[in-house]
Amino acid sequence: MTPMTLTEKILARHAGRDAVQPGDNIWVDVDVLMTHDVCGPGTIGIFKQHFGKDAKVWDRKKVVIIPDHYIFTADKMANRNVDVLREFVREQNLPYYYDVGTDKYKGVCHIALPEEGHTRPGEVLFGTDSHTCTAGAFGEFATGIGNTDAGFILGAGKLWVKAPPTMRFVFEGQLPPYLMAKDLILAVIGDIGCDGATYRAMEFDGEALYALNIEERMTLCNMVIEAGGKNGVIAPDKVTLDYVNARNKHNIPFTPVASDAGAKFIFEKVYDVSKLQPVVAKPHSPDNRAAVGEVRGTKLDRAYIGSCTGGKLTDFRAAAGILSGKSVKIDTFIVPATSEVAAGLKAEKINGQTLEEVFLSAGAKVGPPSCAACLGGPSDTFGRLNQPMSCISTTNRNFPGRMGHKEARVYLASPLTVAASAITGVITDPREYLE
Amino acid sequence: MQKTITGKAYVLGDNIDTDQIIPAQYLTFNPSIPEEYKQFGKYALSSVPPSQAGLPKGHVPFHTDDEFVSPYKIIIGGKNFGCGSSREHAPIALDAAGIEAVVAEFYARIFYRNSVNGGYLIPFECVERLCDRVCTGDELRLDVAEGVLHNLTTGEQYALKPLGEVAPILEAGGVFPYARKVGMLKA
Repeated sequence: MTPMTLTEKILARHAGRDAVQPGDNIWVDVDVLMTHDVCGPGTIGIFKQHFGKDAKVWDRKKVVIIPDHYIFTADKMANRNVDVLREFVREQNLPYYYDVGTDKYKGVCHIALPEEGHTRPGEVLFGTDSHTCTAGAFGEFATGIGNTDAGFILGAGKLWVKAPPTMRFVFEGQLPPYLMAKDLILAVIGDIGCDGATYRAMEFDGEALYALNIEERMTLCNMVIEAGGKNGVIAPDKVTLDYVNARNKHNIPFTPVASDAGAKFIFEKVYDVSKLQPVVAKPHSPDNRAAVGEVRGTKLDRAYIGSCTGGKLTDFRAAAGILSGKSVKIDTFIVPATSEVAAGLKAEKINGQTLEEVFLSAGAKVGPPSCAACLGGPSDTFGRLNQPMSCISTTNRNFPGRMGHKEARVYLASPLTVAASAITGVITDPREYLE
Repeated sequence: MQKTITGKAYVLGDNIDTDQIIPAQYLTFNPSIPEEYKQFGKYALSSVPPSQAGLPKGHVPFHTDDEFVSPYKIIIGGKNFGCGSSREHAPIALDAAGIEAVVAEFYARIFYRNSVNGGYLIPFECVERLCDRVCTGDELRLDVAEGVLHNLTTGEQYALKPLGEVAPILEAGGVFPYARKVGMLKA
């Protein structure tokens, strides 16, 4: 049989076929559908419109609903949307709902999914959020869809997809301490452009890749959408399986897959990570890359550390390493992705202080877990850019208006670079604080 | 699917992302509620920087007489139209504002899917880059079946790429009617 890539193998198996080729249009069975407060109400509306007012979802154990976007706001419409989710969960008796204001509240869906055991190798995950591709770090096919597609899945448990060709990125060498996964993915996006992987899968491999922890691998897969990628994927290893098995509370069986030897890739690029530099993406596009050295000294008004791509414990550990015993010069916002990450900030210590104490004593503000200002949101959102200011951020997008004001200027960077820049108030190379 | 779309062009550049099409602060409206669906039309394209709004000159408001519906019918875009988030509110906002087709060099995948599967608008791809040739306000006629765009203001005509595999979905009116037609859902 013709060798296949990891993505092709997962799609073939879920389409009940022996093989698929890039370009094939197929109907695939869905293992998990995730939605949240921004797209859930529209999805539910479409489901009811087409399947009937009293219709039941195709499989209540395969639907996961995670309110995360507009949570800590006085906005009535935003709160109404969470009520819509709540009502649907009650009516459908859905077991996997992480409600606001309860002990079950999680925060950012893409981090909550793996924490709660909803990501498993070899599966097909669709979510009503473009960063659903984050879960490719667990060796599954995961991609973002709209309300109509999600409404269709809620009733049918299937969706048509076009099998994408796969681009392969190999990270060789040893990652220096001043670089993080964010630098790697910004380098890749800078190289191929924010449309460089349109309609394609991006598979990551190499010695430096497999030396990354699971959270850093999630950072890589999270941002494939910023290159237009349909999905990002990493073949599972022991690190993946250890994480997944520890979280798979319901012992759901899964089958890990990897690309076949001789599988065809449409593009391949090898990076020696020891030669890369800390980078930023300048306004107003994630592919507008510059080495930190080129933009060093650029004046900033604000620093932001948070989101699905930059608000995990690994991100805060890195930032706290730089901020420990220092003070920030500009407004600095810390937003843990989930309640579990928030608990980690209170538990993990560095130089005798918890990570949260490090941030607070440096003068940063720490907010509750949610998507917060990564995507702007209602005007009272924690950290939102309500003025045309400059911000350096660990988030994933810097298109005009993304974090609030349409004339705000957002620089994307690693947590190390953001933390170093928060201390000086200008874009700063983290190496200055790592010696 | 209409056979012909006639109306004024509104021209935008490259990488028009979903935050520019419909800023996140308006995503609190629920598109399943008709009165709220209409609101998306009001805020469509409201985060496009003024200098990029209505090319070649820019600074052309997308709405004039009516605060919900734009006088323009066809958007001409550059590369990677609709990149960014998966929000279906993006094609919904354009639809609610009265846009019937977009003609761009190519699309971000999710925006394209949402446009087709939701049946909101026809996403055509042009053969040559048109956002440098068509001016905002030009009168256009789009012959859908032939895949030809006529510029009635300049007399030019431009070939469009065939709709290909999504044509039957657009023809059916979206993924639900299409799936019923092909037997994937019960009629």
